[in-house]
Amino acid sequence: MNAYNFAYLDEQTKRMIRRAILKGLAVPGYQVPFASREMPMPYGWGTGGVQVSAAILTPEDRFKVIDQGADDTTNAVSIRKFFERTAGVAVTERTIEASVIQTRHRIPETPLRADQILVYQVPIPEPLRFLEPRETETRKMHSLQEYGLMHVKLYEDISRHGAIATSYAYPVRVAGRYVMDPSPIPKFDNPKLESEAIQLFGAGREQRIYAVPPHTRVVSLDFEDHPFEPTKAEHDCDLCGAADSYLDEVIIDDAGGRMFVCSDADFCRGRREAGQSGAKAGALS
Amino acid sequence: MTPLLQVRNVSKRYGSRIGCAEVSFDLYPGEVMGIVGESGSGKSTLLNCLAGKLTPDGGQVVFDTRMDGLVDTLTMSEPQRRMLGRTDWAFVHQHARDGLRMGVSAGGNIGERLMAVGERHYGRIRGRAADWLDRVEIDQARIDDRPEAFSGGMQQRLQIARNLVTGPRLAFMDEPTGGLDVSVQARLLDLLRGLVREMGLSALIVTHDLAVVRLLADRLMVMKGGHVVEAGLTDQVLDDPQHAYTQLLVSSVLQV
Amino acid sequence: MIELSDVSKSFTLHNQGGARIEVMSGASLSVGPGECVALTGASGAGKSTLMRLIYGNYLAASGQIIVGGVDVAAARPREILRMRRETLGYVSQFLRVVPRVPTLDVVAEPLLALDRPADEARDRAAHLLAMLNIPKRLWSLSPTTFSGGEQQRVNIARGFAHDYPALLLDEPTASLDIANRDVVLGLIEAAKARGAAIVGIFHDADARERVCDREIDVAAFSPCASGVAA
Repeated sequence: MNAYNFAYLDEQTKRMIRRAILKGLAVPGYQVPFASREMPMPYGWGTGGVQVSAAILTPEDRFKVIDQGADDTTNAVSIRKFFERTAGVAVTERTIEASVIQTRHRIPETPLRADQILVYQVPIPEPLRFLEPRETETRKMHSLQEYGLMHVKLYEDISRHGAIATSYAYPVRVAGRYVMDPSPIPKFDNPKLESEAIQLFGAGREQRIYAVPPHTRVVSLDFEDHPFEPTKAEHDCDLCGAADSYLDEVIIDDAGGRMFVCSDADFCRGRREAGQSGAKAGALS
Repeated sequence: MTPLLQVRNVSKRYGSRIGCAEVSFDLYPGEVMGIVGESGSGKSTLLNCLAGKLTPDGGQVVFDTRMDGLVDTLTMSEPQRRMLGRTDWAFVHQHARDGLRMGVSAGGNIGERLMAVGERHYGRIRGRAADWLDRVEIDQARIDDRPEAFSGGMQQRLQIARNLVTGPRLAFMDEPTGGLDVSVQARLLDLLRGLVREMGLSALIVTHDLAVVRLLADRLMVMKGGHVVEAGLTDQVLDDPQHAYTQLLVSSVLQV
Repeated sequence: MIELSDVSKSFTLHNQGGARIEVMSGASLSVGPGECVALTGASGAGKSTLMRLIYGNYLAASGQIIVGGVDVAAARPREILRMRRETLGYVSQFLRVVPRVPTLDVVAEPLLALDRPADEARDRAAHLLAMLNIPKRLWSLSPTTFSGGEQQRVNIARGFAHDYPALLLDEPTASLDIANRDVVLGLIEAAKARGAAIVGIFHDADARERVCDREIDVAAFSPCASGVAA
């Protein structure tokens, strides 16, 4: 018999987290403080996302965890096992089958539906932090919508690199109000932040929860003469041939051989099962 | 002509100690007023109260805003006051690192206020920043360098550019030449004088350096123990001081 | 143009037992347009004090000092500053400028303060500097490094840059050679001709003879002379 309460956390804690989630949904992009608990895993391993998942999981849910797009990396496997053991929920690697998806660093390529929830693991929730170290001041800047500083960061990028070099955790403005850190997803994924699904963000160490409700306008910050571009490697997937998915560059031998493959493992597999193939489709078989 | 700033009975106490007491004056457009006094005389407290960095216990600080005319900045909402702080007001700190973002390039430092008021065109922001570097006599080639790589005098000039880029009408300056070499001071004084004239800028300059006020300020206010003990034309106050403290102050320094 | 009536001046030295020193009383003086009045009297008699009172540099204890309609003895700083910009020029014996500012700009400054176009102001400054025989190669340098005579001429150029309706001249020809002295006297005559009211201190008797219409001995304004105890 399972010695844990359902999904590890006690019911009081889950209620507290749910209240934070509801507040976050009511004020899109606003960072709601919550009393983050010690979890049986170190900070930096997704404790914020895990607490959010624990608070929203029901016994009927089907749970998927991805780390950098893959279901089989250490972080993803351990979190999936954690909830299999503490909540006994069904798990899946298929995006379309999952009702709750916890993610680190990616948004699945397959568009999410209204009956799905995406839970992000967030290391540093405050987008203004690197330029303004004082929490009192960043809070005031959010409350007064003083966001000029965000553009200073982008300005610095262009002045140093000739283009906006921020390629992940690219800041967005949510519902025309709060500037939000979308967690370290590649900026390629930013357009997918406008979704039918509920998106919840949990930062365990920093004790913040925030949310983007379905169908919310999410605009990536930019300059008129340097507009936002959701870039990716200029290549097709070598396995499935997809031209529109985010790619990982993989070194395949000691001679410098490499290939580009979809970062979203489920998406790539789905395409290959449907008969699509890329330039080096035979290489890994 | 309407005064740009009307200060009435501004007082600030720190517990039982007086910060500044019952200070009143008018500042007209284009006027530069010096505030002198020894350490602890209340001159910095007064400046911070007027600039909205400290909340006085009582009084009025009425500013002639561009949009709404005369407004008491003490009863203004905080967002409005902060907006004023980014547009029509400038604040130059004694230590440039208090007024600059040391981790941000010179161009970014100057551009911040522009971006804060909604400028979203990189090319234009950069153009304005380069223009301002020119105006404060910093080589445009240094636009992407961080202030850490600048000398003290350059940092101070950069701070001034960063503050004046939005064309403010009132500058608060707290010992702007303090801590700089004499020759660097002179260059800064010259620059400030030119900018004040070109931009029709009004300024309140807190300093303990009488030579600085003689060269920069039209009018002078002498403070002691939180009170204004004497005020008038700068050269008149320095050359014919009426109050005992002012006489002591003037006679205590080398001839200026 | 310049009207003084019953002006007195005293200094109270608070840090020396509150000693009160009466230096002037009952000073009255009237200078009309186109007139040049020389102040005379022994050294320390109060010639410079009177000039400073008129300029608003010293605060009068009582009386009226009307310059171009402004009572300097009672006016607010702003009014005095405006009077100094528009109405009353002052050529002192000492040049006090921001270090590092080029001579040409030092001389042009009174015109720039009146919002004259920069080109026009510099042209006028160049004209005056040339007249006063300041070599052109010095114009771009700060006058702080110049010799006494050169500084004096820069000071004069600056004082004559704007056609002030009234002028105070403190020893304008001191430390000048014959040629430059002549130029300065010519400037004074020209100012008179255009209607400027001038009060000056001239130790140089010939110069005084040439440009001044009358002399006033400030000894008459000393507190002892008018019967007020010191």
